[in-house]
Amino acid sequence: MSPIGWDRKDLLAIADLSPAEIQLVLDTADSFREIAERPIKKVPTLRGRTVVNLFFEPSTRTRSSFEIAEKRLSADSINFSSSSSGLVKGESLVDTARNLEAMAPDMIVIRHADPGVPRMLAERIAAAVINAGDGAHEHPTQALLDAYTIRAAKGRIEGLKVAIVGDIQHSRVVRSNIYLLTKMGASVTVAGPRTMMPAEIGKLGVRVEDNLEDAIRGADVVMMLRIQLERQSRSLFPSEREYFMLFGLTRERLKAAKRGAIILHPGPMNRGIEIASEVADGPYSVILDQVANGVAIRMAVLYLLSGVHREIA
Amino acid sequence: MRLVIRGGRVVDPSQGLDEVVDLVVEDGFVAGIGAGIGGKVRQSKNLEVFDASRLVVTPGLIDMHVHLREPGQEYKETIRTGLAAAAAGGFTAVACMANTNPVNDSRSVTEHMIAEAARHDTARLYPIGAVSKGLAGKELSEVGEMAEAGVVALSDDGRPVESSELMRRALEYSQHFDLVVIQHAEDLDLGAGGVMHEGEFSTRTGLPGLPGAAEDVMVARDLILLEDFGGARGRYHVAHLSTRRSLGLVHEARSRGLRVTCEATPHHLLLTDSEVWSSHLSTDTKMKPPLRSERDRLALLEGVADGSIDVIASDHAPHHADEKDVQYSCAPFGIVGLESTLSLCLDRLVRPGVIDLSRLVELLSCAPARILGVPGGSLSDGSLADVTVLSLESRTTLNSGRFRSKGRNTPFDGWKLKGRAVATFLAGRKVEI
Repeated sequence: MSPIGWDRKDLLAIADLSPAEIQLVLDTADSFREIAERPIKKVPTLRGRTVVNLFFEPSTRTRSSFEIAEKRLSADSINFSSSSSGLVKGESLVDTARNLEAMAPDMIVIRHADPGVPRMLAERIAAAVINAGDGAHEHPTQALLDAYTIRAAKGRIEGLKVAIVGDIQHSRVVRSNIYLLTKMGASVTVAGPRTMMPAEIGKLGVRVEDNLEDAIRGADVVMMLRIQLERQSRSLFPSEREYFMLFGLTRERLKAAKRGAIILHPGPMNRGIEIASEVADGPYSVILDQVANGVAIRMAVLYLLSGVHREIA
Repeated sequence: MRLVIRGGRVVDPSQGLDEVVDLVVEDGFVAGIGAGIGGKVRQSKNLEVFDASRLVVTPGLIDMHVHLREPGQEYKETIRTGLAAAAAGGFTAVACMANTNPVNDSRSVTEHMIAEAARHDTARLYPIGAVSKGLAGKELSEVGEMAEAGVVALSDDGRPVESSELMRRALEYSQHFDLVVIQHAEDLDLGAGGVMHEGEFSTRTGLPGLPGAAEDVMVARDLILLEDFGGARGRYHVAHLSTRRSLGLVHEARSRGLRVTCEATPHHLLLTDSEVWSSHLSTDTKMKPPLRSERDRLALLEGVADGSIDVIASDHAPHHADEKDVQYSCAPFGIVGLESTLSLCLDRLVRPGVIDLSRLVELLSCAPARILGVPGGSLSDGSLADVTVLSLESRTTLNSGRFRSKGRNTPFDGWKLKGRAVATFLAGRKVEI
């Protein structure tokens, strides 16, 4: 490892990272967080570097967060999305990778519906690859920004009780969070409809609960996941109304959690389905902090992967 | 035309034989077997002698489950390359599935396959006819026509026979021709969208899972149909059985007298779903049924040893490199196996003592011959002289780049193994490839 402790070419999965590496990203984000409060929110760190944002799946939030992070670091960013780009139409991923490689970008941020695509790309090209979400596999920068937010609110991660509630099966956010939080010494409980609970999830080191109150009892942190309404066709839950009745987080239910428990949600929220507005907008909600911290985390990741720190060293 | 295979260790479970003896072949049939009898054969121009000392001689191996892709997908494999791969892997015969294009659901396709195989004559080809026209799962194909043309079994493999009604009719109608019905047991609805075994590793990878139950419910249903509609002669065979519970169902049904058999593949015996994860989602770990849990794998090993699994078959499924060089979700299911099966079995099953050599020959030769009702599976006097000669000591590194098959899609590439095929003989003639 280099003195600063980061020598990865890519950020593909939290499962790959050591606690020290996670710590490093969080600490690095601290130093970037402050830039958002300046009148001129730009530093020259990545001047002359090219970052390609390659989004094969619709995303507003994650993509704009990365874009803002790139711009604040003075990188040149280019956006390709599957709807607007001839580059990806009917082309195999391998060819897309080759074409990108020919353009010699420094970094690629990729979002794709299929697990493993970022790694496939990373193995084939010299540029640093950042996984911005691959199917239900991982979403590492989301878990990092969640951890940053938790640490900022609670002062630590180790020893905290975290409950994650919702569609566990289809969530990349939950997998990255489970790996990260357990690596950092938190205990994690997951809950949701059994129809959305992936097989043998316990083997990832989490406790599984069938109902919301049991899951959040005594929790320091409650993370609500987005219910993907488009999945209803697979009859995973009968109705939104019933979902809210069983797993919607209300102020009343939140009483089961520890006093002062914070509420996270990766967004976009379905108000009145997985979370009541009174909670989403309530005093312990850190949902907008997550968004703000997301930019700092992505700046930190871009910075670490750019190798600039090595050049300075 | 005479052949003496001299001084080899002849392993032939059909006659309880495991001894160093000479094998004499005349006009394509076994004419004698015994210590030193090769020396008594009169020298003549037509006498060929193959020195098999320190080698093992077995009835020709038969892979009863392969996909040769011809007609229709010759860019993946042809009958020529598939049979060459068979010979290179020690097989003297293969049974090829019907999911070609056009589907082998009629006499003309069957005849084409057989004629094409005869042109190359490197291994015997036994076509398997489709259960349903066009593999559509609706109407019975022309089973009688195909039986006359030479199909040795019926299967919609690649797809299950989903309809209970159609399976019932297949089990009834196949009895007229004494054809076994081979099922690709999968409840398509239960496994919809799945690309790997549902369990810890589908959860870790985020890939959609195919639960073991998708196989089990189909096997259970079929066994009920076999019991009620299989009559006195209906026979049912589970292709690429992959779960502990399916094996239990088959075992239990057989103990009640049902005519059911099953096969397992080398990959289900040697690999598990953890391979998908540890290979970083290599598409060479993607096949149907998927690599299962360690618990399933251990049950299959036990089944191979105790006889509840009848056959080892490769499910050789070649694909073009471009098709596999995509993300996991998009890759086609299947791996090649003709050129790895024997070495894998010798090194990973026989050498560690999971099974003995005689049992392996039973699994790879005697049982498939019996189930398909084809010649072979024995070297007793008067048998067809299809012979495999193999070395137990020879070291080999599996190298897909040197396969005779067009397919390179194997998770075993680079495996260092001890034991391999040395030669095959078809009706006493040494196969040159």
